[in-house]
Amino acid sequence: MIRLRGVKKRLGGKRVLDGLDLDIERGETIVVLGPSGTGKSVLLKHIIGLMIPDEGSIEVDGVEIVGLGEKALDEVRKNFGMLFQGAALFDSMSVGENVGLALREHRRLPVAQIPVRVAECLAAVGLKGAEDLRTASLSGGMRKRVGLARAIAMNPDFILYDEPTTGLDPITADVIDQLVRSLQEKMGVTSVVVTHDLHSAYKVGDRLAMLYGGRVVFIGTPDEVRATRDPLVRQFIEGSSVGPIQPV
Amino acid sequence: MPEDLAVRGYRYVRHRAGDWVAEVGRLTMLLGDVGRFLAPGLRSFGLVVDQMKAIGVGSLWLVVVVSLFTGGVAAVQAAYQFSSVVPLKYIGSVILRSVIIELGPVLTALVVGGRVGASIAAELGTMKVTEQIDALRAMAINPVRYLVVPRVIAAIVMLPVVTVFADAIAIFGGYVVSITTIGVSTHTYVVGLKQFFYLKDLYSGLVKAVFFGGIIGTMGCFYGFVTEGGAEGVGLATTRAVVSSCVLVLISDYVLANVLLRFIFAS
Repeated sequence: MIRLRGVKKRLGGKRVLDGLDLDIERGETIVVLGPSGTGKSVLLKHIIGLMIPDEGSIEVDGVEIVGLGEKALDEVRKNFGMLFQGAALFDSMSVGENVGLALREHRRLPVAQIPVRVAECLAAVGLKGAEDLRTASLSGGMRKRVGLARAIAMNPDFILYDEPTTGLDPITADVIDQLVRSLQEKMGVTSVVVTHDLHSAYKVGDRLAMLYGGRVVFIGTPDEVRATRDPLVRQFIEGSSVGPIQPV
Repeated sequence: MPEDLAVRGYRYVRHRAGDWVAEVGRLTMLLGDVGRFLAPGLRSFGLVVDQMKAIGVGSLWLVVVVSLFTGGVAAVQAAYQFSSVVPLKYIGSVILRSVIIELGPVLTALVVGGRVGASIAAELGTMKVTEQIDALRAMAINPVRYLVVPRVIAAIVMLPVVTVFADAIAIFGGYVVSITTIGVSTHTYVVGLKQFFYLKDLYSGLVKAVFFGGIIGTMGCFYGFVTEGGAEGVGLATTRAVVSSCVLVLISDYVLANVLLRFIFAS
């Protein structure tokens, strides 16, 4: 379980997170929605310890990660996989080397078994036999899938997705959504998905949280989101420029 | 208004001084991390070897061309300054000592600093702005251990090696120019080389090269790591890495020349 309490973060003089509270239950997929610039990616980076909050508490499975030393934080991070917005694949490595990097570095498996695990992860995201491809030759959808294969290589308990379907065509986006869903069902992972894409959010989310003004202003199931009268949520899901949310 | 100008000037200086102090602080922290992860970084020996190839072998052709002409210019300059004052039999000695003490290490550091410093800063800067460094941290892989330590070690090891090549090529370049255009015989040139060759001169040049390698590797990594923004930020980081490497090489050359030649290798 991940528990955030009163998380505040100021970046470049602007308060991005302003006393954010959020509970993420084990095994669920929670989708964080919100307009651009409301701190959705910043929230993910706080959960995995890439950013430190100015104030507040973040617990992962009962371990307070705020104030934790780098070594102890790394132990917590080994339970996470993260898919970055642009996939953040290492240009200097092949697809297989990208997926197997954490396994090699942490010596999680005997060296001979690493290629087997890499092949399993690539097969799980529909890229069987892609080990030797260079990352520069991949399409946007393939990059995301390789990023996802890399995220699951260590069998994590938690997977964080930063805009997994942004910039993809609707069909490829649906492939990614199905992958997110199937990983949760097969591996029982807890997932946090940050997205603008409502289609995707309804498909993958057990619960949807709306972030605005640095706080979670609404949280509920997809059906509760569709039915809500909350003006902030209504404006966002209707995609209207008129309403309480001021366009940036 | 002059007063307004003075206030603005004061604020500007204060702001710049603050930035400079912050930068020195970040550089010190990076150096501390490099020290801390030196032993674990050596564990990834393959990464160090990859960087040694990129830094050393990759720079070799450039260094060969620069050294060949440096030796040639040293011969022409020596012959011009010797004219009617010093016998030409000493031309080999002058070229040898100026190359191994000063020209070899410094010019190699400036050439390699330009090539390797820019390459490291651009590579790490691009990794920073495309979140690849965040991705490493997210995988519990320390980026200083994985990216910085192998590059700094490789630069420290390879710069003296490349400097030895540069010294040899420059002495050869001086020889070619001496026998073809100045009229010195091979025998005279070689005797001149042997006459004033002291191992301590070679050592002092190589000790300098070790320090220069550390400077080039560290500055390239530092400016790569602090890159902000997109392509413009990467360009800025690259420029800063090269400029700071070259300036620090020349400043440290002065300090090292004093320490090495006046104290350590004085006798």
